[in-house]
Amino acid sequence: MRAYLPAYDALTPDSLDHALELLDTHPEEYVPFAGGTDLMVLLDWGKLPRKKYLNIWNLSELKGIQEDESFISLGGLTTYTEIQASEVLQKEFPNLCQAARWSGAWAIQNRGTLGGNIANASPAADSSPALLSYGAELEIVSRSGVRRLPYSEFHTGYKEMRLEKNEIIRAILLPRSSVENCHHYYRKVGTRKAQAISKVCLAAFVKWEGNKIKECRIALGSVAPTVIRCPKSEEILTGKTLSRELKEEAKATLGQEISPIDDVRSTKDYRLEIAVNIFDEFLDELGGCKEG
Amino acid sequence: MKKVDIFFTINGVKKTVSAHPMKRLLDLLREELELTGTKEGCGEGECGACSVFVEGKLVNSCLIPSLQVQGCEVKTIEGVADGEQLHRVQESFLKEGGAQCGICTPGMIMAAIALLEENSEPSYEEIQEGLAGNLCRCTGYTKIFTSVVKACQK
Repeated sequence: MRAYLPAYDALTPDSLDHALELLDTHPEEYVPFAGGTDLMVLLDWGKLPRKKYLNIWNLSELKGIQEDESFISLGGLTTYTEIQASEVLQKEFPNLCQAARWSGAWAIQNRGTLGGNIANASPAADSSPALLSYGAELEIVSRSGVRRLPYSEFHTGYKEMRLEKNEIIRAILLPRSSVENCHHYYRKVGTRKAQAISKVCLAAFVKWEGNKIKECRIALGSVAPTVIRCPKSEEILTGKTLSRELKEEAKATLGQEISPIDDVRSTKDYRLEIAVNIFDEFLDELGGCKEG
Repeated sequence: MKKVDIFFTINGVKKTVSAHPMKRLLDLLREELELTGTKEGCGEGECGACSVFVEGKLVNSCLIPSLQVQGCEVKTIEGVADGEQLHRVQESFLKEGGAQCGICTPGMIMAAIALLEENSEPSYEEIQEGLAGNLCRCTGYTKIFTSVVKACQK
């Protein structure tokens, strides 16, 4: 059933400060509204909460990709199209570009934003595992100032997150390091390449030191109430040289770390099997790098 | 909440329309401006039937509230031809049988034009990816892809 429009209100704030002031003084009333690719679907279903929507789409303070020595900073309103087109992201953070390319299709990628994908907090979000694989941080702004938070600490439960009603995600920060001796992996499994919401999604990043894995981050979507890192599997691999035994141990551990469910898109059993299979593919790729 | 005035440019013509700010651009076009060439398929951004350009970018008009086109330039399928002269993509869809029932066609053509503006010589795979957000339940896609291939050769 379509929404009853007169029950809604929407306005465009003049600036980020104006938006933050409205959110601060009326936290129960106003909700930020960016590209609309999630919220408008709820509107169509008649399930969008009856609130006042703050159209932040045009706020220049939340746009653009900046770089300095330590971080690439993506404004909260950075679209999937902008992510794919960024040369520095293609070079240093290819998992994120791949995630952007496989989220929705062109028309969605022109409107969907990274900040919106994070705040929508879907456990099946495609950009989130990529961000986790790179140890991203969030810059969150409110009227009282700016705070930084590792993205891995942001999602606390299904659709629950450390974002107050008077706050907006201003930027997503990707820590830079040398691009040498790195291996990136991103794979999404869904019913079709475009548009489909993932059944399972895995993003991983490895930094080598000689034949040893110096640094390792593994993240998955659609296998738990939130997108997750797999710290136990990471720990098994870190500091080690790859061997058949190590791979088997890591795969068994990963299977224990995830807790997929049956839902409309897939089953628990399928997700578990596929998650371990694509992890195996990632380990094989790693082996191909260092086992000759 | 009452209606607000939305000022924007539609197919090159400046308009002011009184509408609820959360009214979908799709409904604004079809109900207020009589631009019924843009179709509604799924209404949730999966099928691409309602594709239009906003500020030169391909979007799903079912996912855009009217408030977000304030001051923008919007182009629909009605604005693609130059008077009586069809766009080469439209010509090609006609000639190659790229349309059957016609519901997906306006969106397909908008997506194909967006692709060709970005990449004038797309490979077959790039055409498939460029149209991946547009569903057709009649053609089996082959004739649609052929239409785009032929449009590139014009």
